[in-house]
Amino acid sequence: MNNWIDIIALDEIPKLGSRVIRTDTMDVAVFRTRDDQVFALRDACPHKGGPLSQGIVHGTSVTCPLHNWKIDLASGEALGPDEGCTNVFATKVEGGRVLLALKADVAAA
Amino acid sequence: MTQKLVLIGNGMAGVRTLEELLKLAPDSYEITVFGAEPHPNYNRIMLSPVLAGEKTIDDIILNSREWYAEKGIRLISGDPVVEINRARRHVRTRDGVVAGYDRLLIATGSNPFIIPVPGHDKAGVIGFRDIADVETMLHAAKDYKRAVVIGGGLLGLEAANGLMKQGMQVHVVHLLDSLMERQLDKAASALLKSSLETRGMQFLMEAQTAEILGDDRVTGVRFADGSEVAADLVVMAVGIRPNMALAQQAGLHCERGIVVNDTMQTFDPKIYAVGECVQHRGSCYGLVAPLFEQAKVAANHLVEMGIARYEGSVTSTKLKVTGIDLFSAGEFNEGEGDETLVLQDPSQGVYKKLVIRDNKVKGAVLYGDTMDGTWYFTLLREGTDISAFRSTILFGQHDLGDAGHGDASASVMALPASAEICGCNGVCKGDIVDAISKKGLFTLEEVRAHTKASSSCGSCTGLVEAILAGTVGEGYDKAPSKKGMCGCTEHSHDEVIAAIRKGKLKTMQAVRDALDWKAPDGCASCRPALNYYLLANWPAEYEDDAQSRFINERAHGNIQKDGTYSVVPRMFGGLCTANDLRAIADVSDKYKVPEMKVTGGQRIDLFGVKKEDLPAMWKDLTDAGFVSGHAYGKAMRTVKTCAGKTWCRFGTQNSTGLGVKLEELTWGSWMPHKFKLAVSGCPRNCAEATIKDFGVVCVDSGYELHVGGNGGIKVRVTDLLCKVETEEEVLEYCGAFTQLYREEAHYLERTAPWVERVGLNHIKQQVLEDEANRKALYGRFLFGQKFAQIDPWKARAEGSQAHEFTPLKIA
Repeated sequence: MNNWIDIIALDEIPKLGSRVIRTDTMDVAVFRTRDDQVFALRDACPHKGGPLSQGIVHGTSVTCPLHNWKIDLASGEALGPDEGCTNVFATKVEGGRVLLALKADVAAA
Repeated sequence: MTQKLVLIGNGMAGVRTLEELLKLAPDSYEITVFGAEPHPNYNRIMLSPVLAGEKTIDDIILNSREWYAEKGIRLISGDPVVEINRARRHVRTRDGVVAGYDRLLIATGSNPFIIPVPGHDKAGVIGFRDIADVETMLHAAKDYKRAVVIGGGLLGLEAANGLMKQGMQVHVVHLLDSLMERQLDKAASALLKSSLETRGMQFLMEAQTAEILGDDRVTGVRFADGSEVAADLVVMAVGIRPNMALAQQAGLHCERGIVVNDTMQTFDPKIYAVGECVQHRGSCYGLVAPLFEQAKVAANHLVEMGIARYEGSVTSTKLKVTGIDLFSAGEFNEGEGDETLVLQDPSQGVYKKLVIRDNKVKGAVLYGDTMDGTWYFTLLREGTDISAFRSTILFGQHDLGDAGHGDASASVMALPASAEICGCNGVCKGDIVDAISKKGLFTLEEVRAHTKASSSCGSCTGLVEAILAGTVGEGYDKAPSKKGMCGCTEHSHDEVIAAIRKGKLKTMQAVRDALDWKAPDGCASCRPALNYYLLANWPAEYEDDAQSRFINERAHGNIQKDGTYSVVPRMFGGLCTANDLRAIADVSDKYKVPEMKVTGGQRIDLFGVKKEDLPAMWKDLTDAGFVSGHAYGKAMRTVKTCAGKTWCRFGTQNSTGLGVKLEELTWGSWMPHKFKLAVSGCPRNCAEATIKDFGVVCVDSGYELHVGGNGGIKVRVTDLLCKVETEEEVLEYCGAFTQLYREEAHYLERTAPWVERVGLNHIKQQVLEDEANRKALYGRFLFGQKFAQIDPWKARAEGSQAHEFTPLKIA
């Protein structure tokens, strides 16, 4: 059972952009793609911890602002020759609201 | 139903085509590959180092059998195709395997030419072409002593060197009076010959082979003049012939090779051909770089994208004999009307010659010091006008202040593995060489992707290219002279800029649609570029896209490694008052700024600001009269000034006041890259105006205007643009120069490389000589500034883009 938390209206995340969610333990970046898919990642690049929320979103990936690693939004994996992975959290959009499941067991490794 | 593609020839050209094809459309074909040799695809260029004992066969395998399996490619090796049946569209092998095709790709390569003299078929007479030949030579070296290599060209000398390394006594027989006559002029050839002689190689020049002597096995060679030389092994390396027997037998049109058009198609449109077996626009190529260019084109057409054209290649050569550095490209023997530049230092064993026509490099021969081969080759391919640096061109790129790190006199390949090549990413030579050999890398882009070397500031690009060239031989792909902006498009920056103007494209989507962008959103590299180009061309109409800006320009501060930001308020001309400083001090206290410092551009930097504090901090700063310093942007940064005439006993003109005026004119302007100005009050130049993008040096009689300088990674001193007499002129020329740069430079190209690329003459023509054009440029600059000089801090302090700065909190 996912413990869904209503966080924000979809429209409040810019297309090809993101918002940062502060939790007690970490920052989570919530991304919105051109076609309104929503993804959530721990806001830390597997490379040097750069804030992925501040990167440029394209397709279903984001480029880290610090050293240009490309991270897949769906899996949290680094793309291309780089290797590494950040935590993924489940999201869904219902009635124009974005819901996020933060429980650790939903974090795809 | 998936179409069937059959490749005949499991060599570098054919398999490269498959790799290109799989990159474009992995599932477009069911692929079968036939190879005559029993090996998977290997790097034929590296056979010489294998023969010399510097590498093993395993080192030179490019695609292992696992690669074929992984890609779902059926590989039939060691069983040559003996028939192409065009009517039934199938091929048949010697052992009777039949495979049908929808498209056929012929990449059968070439055969060594064996001189048909009596005795040429005796045991111990071979060519130098494949792994089997190398194995034969290695065996012979164990059992026999004396080798004769017929042919003093590139391949012959590499073979001779290898055999010598294996302990044989080697005679090289050459028909002409100078070695490698197709790559070297006589002077370089003589240097090469004497260097090889000191290593123990013996030469028989102007010797025409008449007969191979011996019973079953060769015992010697007899020449036309009756003389003889003893031999247990004869290697014929007198040239290659395109291997077109299969194609001819199938009735395809062949001349010297299989004739193909610009899309690499043979006369049968279902059959393509690439590599050494083809003849394109009358030329056959025996070097690998052209084959890779052909492979790209063929793959493009096989997946029916249908946009690429192969238009022939300019090639360069390097001799792979360890310890001998030799490079040649283009027309190295001067023709009528050509000029030659020569640098000769016999005691150091250095010889450099460039053939110049109309101030462009037409050919190059380098011996002893080949560090700059890649650079000369680039100048040659791109047809760069060298008049600006002609007097020093022979001293190399380093002399232009452009060679990056290290000592240019030491060849890169002589550096130890621990030598740091890329200072930005901390990559050593050993890492690069490892990645190249273990991952089979061939291009600069691939090396960048895997190692990050030269992927940041790019100043070590030349060194990385040199390592790449030295490691894979001439097989590496030189950066093509026309390069797509990024992976999303084939179009170059210039083409994109032209299309935006000509097609009146005013949105990013329109550009991507018109130019067939591959990724619908573009990527992190083309989006900021397109956003800039659109902004620069349509200042009144284009709506800036925040999501296509790098975070610094979105947050109007510089992101630091811990995710905090730094803030730099603008101080026009570097002037400030006690009240200004007090306001900055108050802001610093209020927001608990952990560190402040004065920047290189004479402004005050406040570090460690949390993103959510930025709008409130900006409000306080704008209330105190500050605007954004744009220290974070690809934008006009600061105007640096010196003490000035009010105080300095040497000062002339109102230099500080002029600095303020220039900053008021140019602030807020977005640029292809950062853009810095300075005004010095006298030629002592305390404001360092001669390493700025636009610098003014005041003198008693007026103002010297300097352009195209920068500090940074590669320091470049400005070029003098002109001298003017009034402040009004300074402003006009500054605006015009800036606008020309804004309109013509590629995104992320600073003025220094831009000036070198287009030439100072071009800039003088546009800005000095054509007054109407200067005024038009200045007018366009002023027009653009109407929309650019809106303080982003004030706007955000008032709530614009608030979502950017407001985090959400959940427990």
